[in-house]
Amino acid sequence: MAGRLKRIYAVFRARNLEFVRDRGTLGWNILLPFVLMLGLYFIFGGASRPQYTVGVVQQADDIDTVVHPFLETRYVRFVPERDLDEAIRKVARHQLDLLVRFDPPARYWVNPSSPKGYFVELALHEKDPAGEIVKAEIKGEPVRYVDWVLPGILGMNMMFSCLFGVGYVVVRYRKNGFLKRLRATPLRALEFVVAQVASRLVLIIAITVAVYAGTSWLLDIHMVGSNTALLAVAIVGAICLIAVGLLLSARVTSEELAGGLLNLVTWPMMLLSGVWFSLEGASDWVIAASKLFPLTWMLEAARAIMLDGASLVDVAPELAVLGGMTAVFLAAGAAIFRWGPR
Amino acid sequence: MEPVLEACDLVKRYPGVLAVDHLSFAVREGSCFGLLGPNGAGKTTTVEIIEGVTPATSGEVRYRGEPAGRRFREECGIQFQHTALQDFLTVRESLELFRSLYDRQADIDEILAECSLVELQHRDNRKLSGGQRQRLLLAVALVNVPRLVFLDEPTTGLDPQARRNFWELVERIRARGTTVVLTTHYMEEAEILCDEIAIMDAGRIVSQGNPRSLLEHRYPNVVIELPIEDVREGFGELEHRVVEARGVVEIPTSDVNTSLRRLAGQMHALNRLRIRQPNLEDLFLDLTGHSLRA
Repeated sequence: MAGRLKRIYAVFRARNLEFVRDRGTLGWNILLPFVLMLGLYFIFGGASRPQYTVGVVQQADDIDTVVHPFLETRYVRFVPERDLDEAIRKVARHQLDLLVRFDPPARYWVNPSSPKGYFVELALHEKDPAGEIVKAEIKGEPVRYVDWVLPGILGMNMMFSCLFGVGYVVVRYRKNGFLKRLRATPLRALEFVVAQVASRLVLIIAITVAVYAGTSWLLDIHMVGSNTALLAVAIVGAICLIAVGLLLSARVTSEELAGGLLNLVTWPMMLLSGVWFSLEGASDWVIAASKLFPLTWMLEAARAIMLDGASLVDVAPELAVLGGMTAVFLAAGAAIFRWGPR
Repeated sequence: MEPVLEACDLVKRYPGVLAVDHLSFAVREGSCFGLLGPNGAGKTTTVEIIEGVTPATSGEVRYRGEPAGRRFREECGIQFQHTALQDFLTVRESLELFRSLYDRQADIDEILAECSLVELQHRDNRKLSGGQRQRLLLAVALVNVPRLVFLDEPTTGLDPQARRNFWELVERIRARGTTVVLTTHYMEEAEILCDEIAIMDAGRIVSQGNPRSLLEHRYPNVVIELPIEDVREGFGELEHRVVEARGVVEIPTSDVNTSLRRLAGQMHALNRLRIRQPNLEDLFLDLTGHSLRA
């Protein structure tokens, strides 16, 4: 028994020494949770973060709570909406949980497939027992949450595959000497990078198309626009995400450090790029921060095509931003790329 | 004849360490040139500078009279001391991957046969023994029909039989006229394979030439070895040196009969006495004051 404990302790101690002496990894393991917690605190405002978002049809910039007691409901973020049609579209797309107009005739709109909309509607009824605010119909077929969230899930899967599938692998190649072996051949860095991008692109697009086709068939996914346009967005977005992976792995030699860096990028993207929920009504700086992430632009373009029937011309600005980001990430990655461990 | 490869005043500094100290040498076409030295002498750093995978602090590498560039990469094959191949690829697939990176391409079947890998060609490269793996790494170095091959400690960690098999393989490559640059700390390997050696210590070349010429020039004598515990009395006027690492006293002599008579007269126990030719390890010891295996 004592011998077994001694052996366990020896391996335990050696692993601990390995970990704490890898300063980069240790630093990231300490820094990453801090950064994430601070980020989440500032983004979502700590414990009192509103759970629901309700649009209020009005022209004024500020919400005046004296207008109706519903406006004093806790954990609900009320955002002014000037354009009624646009606001109703947001309800249909799950960007708003409910839309209310207090000016006569008082009305409210809710997406019947929205779980959050259901609870906010209950809260509204509690503050309006007389039923003075009348429920209005959303014209056309409302978008289900699954229709809204599918691009987010596919995008998230692409993000993880592109970043970890490229970033982590390049770091492993560098660490085990495979990159050094390649460097001794006529292969150029650009050729290696292009091959990595192409390989991951083909794989992730094939997987994404298969998942999309399967879910569309099984769940009858809402698709208004062109599948070709959607494929183009997926390709441009995937190349940009792969470029992020290459940039993050350009110099790193520790797989644990690479994991920390990749998590530092993927977690904010998962929370701020609109994968699971809309950032409608969030503070300006949160919206601005979300625009730094390629996933945000890819999902906006994908949802515009799938839910609103946008064409490639309509999403050209998003594609242009993704293209610009790709150029910057690839240029920076190539500038600092290192073949060997040191 | 112009040398195929020239290292010109190479210097490599790391913080606090001068790994390669103004090192120059030239390699003749078709020869086997050996860099010999203990671990840490700077052999691997030197060849990695020449191979272009480690930048030199200063100095120049010339291939066929020109600065080593794209032509050099196309025409040289490299077997690194430590390297990894891509996971999940078979032996054949690994060779095909590297072959496709070059303009000049060898026949994969010929290479498999030459390196005794035919029966292993469909095996995952991670599931090879040490000797099989070294043969695969050499095969990878041959996929471009190289005119110059670098072998960095190719037999380290191999058993004696696998080592001898590898030497035969290197001899076959040389027989085709391929120039070989070999780094090793095995003196026997250098003596068998190399036409010319450069003995390195602390980043410098301390001696260079044909192995046999170097030994004959420095050692006209043979060496009598006596285990330390068999020594009974002093050695009188007999020249000798104690080699603690191997537990022997060495007595160099040009007259074995006379030396043996004197040793017997000094009452040493001679049952375990051994007479041998001086080798590169003796040369290294003399030149640097420490053993090759240090």
